[in-house]
Amino acid sequence: MTNTPLWEVFVRARNGLAHKHVGSVHAADATMALQAARDVYTRRGEGLSLWVVPSNAIVASDPTDREMLFEPTGSKIYRHPTFYEVPEEVGHM
Amino acid sequence: MYSQALNTKDAAAADTSPEAASFQARIDAEERIEPNDWMPDAYRRTLIRQISQHAHSEIVGMLPEGNWITRAPSLRRKAALLAKVQDEGGHGLYLYSAAETLGVAREELVDQLLTGRAKYSSIFNYPTLSWADIGTIGWLVDGAAIMNQIPLCRCSFGPYARAMIRVCREESFHQRQGYEIVLTLARGTPAQKAMAQDALNRWWWPCLMMFGPPDTDSQHSDTSMRWKIKRFTNDALRQKFIDATVPQGHFLGLTFPDPDLRFDEASGHWQCGTIDWSEFRRVLAGDGPCNRERLAARQKAHDDGAWVREAALAHAAKQQRKAA
Repeated sequence: MTNTPLWEVFVRARNGLAHKHVGSVHAADATMALQAARDVYTRRGEGLSLWVVPSNAIVASDPTDREMLFEPTGSKIYRHPTFYEVPEEVGHM
Repeated sequence: MYSQALNTKDAAAADTSPEAASFQARIDAEERIEPNDWMPDAYRRTLIRQISQHAHSEIVGMLPEGNWITRAPSLRRKAALLAKVQDEGGHGLYLYSAAETLGVAREELVDQLLTGRAKYSSIFNYPTLSWADIGTIGWLVDGAAIMNQIPLCRCSFGPYARAMIRVCREESFHQRQGYEIVLTLARGTPAQKAMAQDALNRWWWPCLMMFGPPDTDSQHSDTSMRWKIKRFTNDALRQKFIDATVPQGHFLGLTFPDPDLRFDEASGHWQCGTIDWSEFRRVLAGDGPCNRERLAARQKAHDDGAWVREAALAHAAKQQRKAA
């Protein structure tokens, strides 16, 4: 028997916010996935908009690459505004 | 309610690898573990078992309450009960979704339930004989579930913790609607009050068993505590539940079916009598009042739904062919 495909669900909680991952549902197609996501994840006004994405379409970074990918920014303090000296008299910048 | 899943023996072999050491260091630092992170096999197995059994409990838990939807005494009660049973289904689905992040398929989990390889909470093997049972389940069963589930919101496994936050938010409605039903009966006619008392008499001990065997018998807790899957012992959670619930029952003017129940001034806790653990073991082993009925109902729902699942997949395949 074919397994029913898995979909990742994203909800926009309020106007102006980004969609946020909330979980997953199983559904045969996109229409049914949206319907299931609505029933499972928005029973109490949790959202104004839903996305469903086939789980196998998501490409994720490997956790073991975390240091290689994200560590280098730790030493680049010149990327932050506080690295630069601006005289008091100039005021807020 | 579902720490019962942790009480089966599955001794984790001591893992002395560097990965295991850094894993434990992350746990100790209160970091959350995410699905793609390295984790010991035993951690993965324990979580799959606990989360899926928790999910099964939510799904089977729809049955005793579903029994009263068509007989709810008013439209208000019926709407609330429908919403509550729908929530239980939703909780099951959040939890299956969390379990699947560990690499197990939904179909496999459902199969484990239907073939009896996976357990669910012992409490759902008791029957709902009167409308008062619906109130009492909300008040006591959901009350016990909340005690158990609040610490799980801080569980070390991210997807489980996040699912539990959603579940806990919704459980509070369940408990309040249940207490309101019992309060209405307790303030009603003598017959209604007797119904509420009868329900409390039948549900009280099974609810205390929901927290699982006493700490002295629970071999699995140590590893689960070290991994911060579990934060409190069975007995500690049971005591919290008793302390919170006894005054609520007295407010209703009801009595608890335990002649030994007394307030201990020295410790500041309510002390209960001896729990009949042979009943607990019997129900968990499959010989409770409704075990066979519950599994038969799940099996029937699964079988009756087979053509729908097949038709939906066939329709999706056809649409895809048309679009191609």
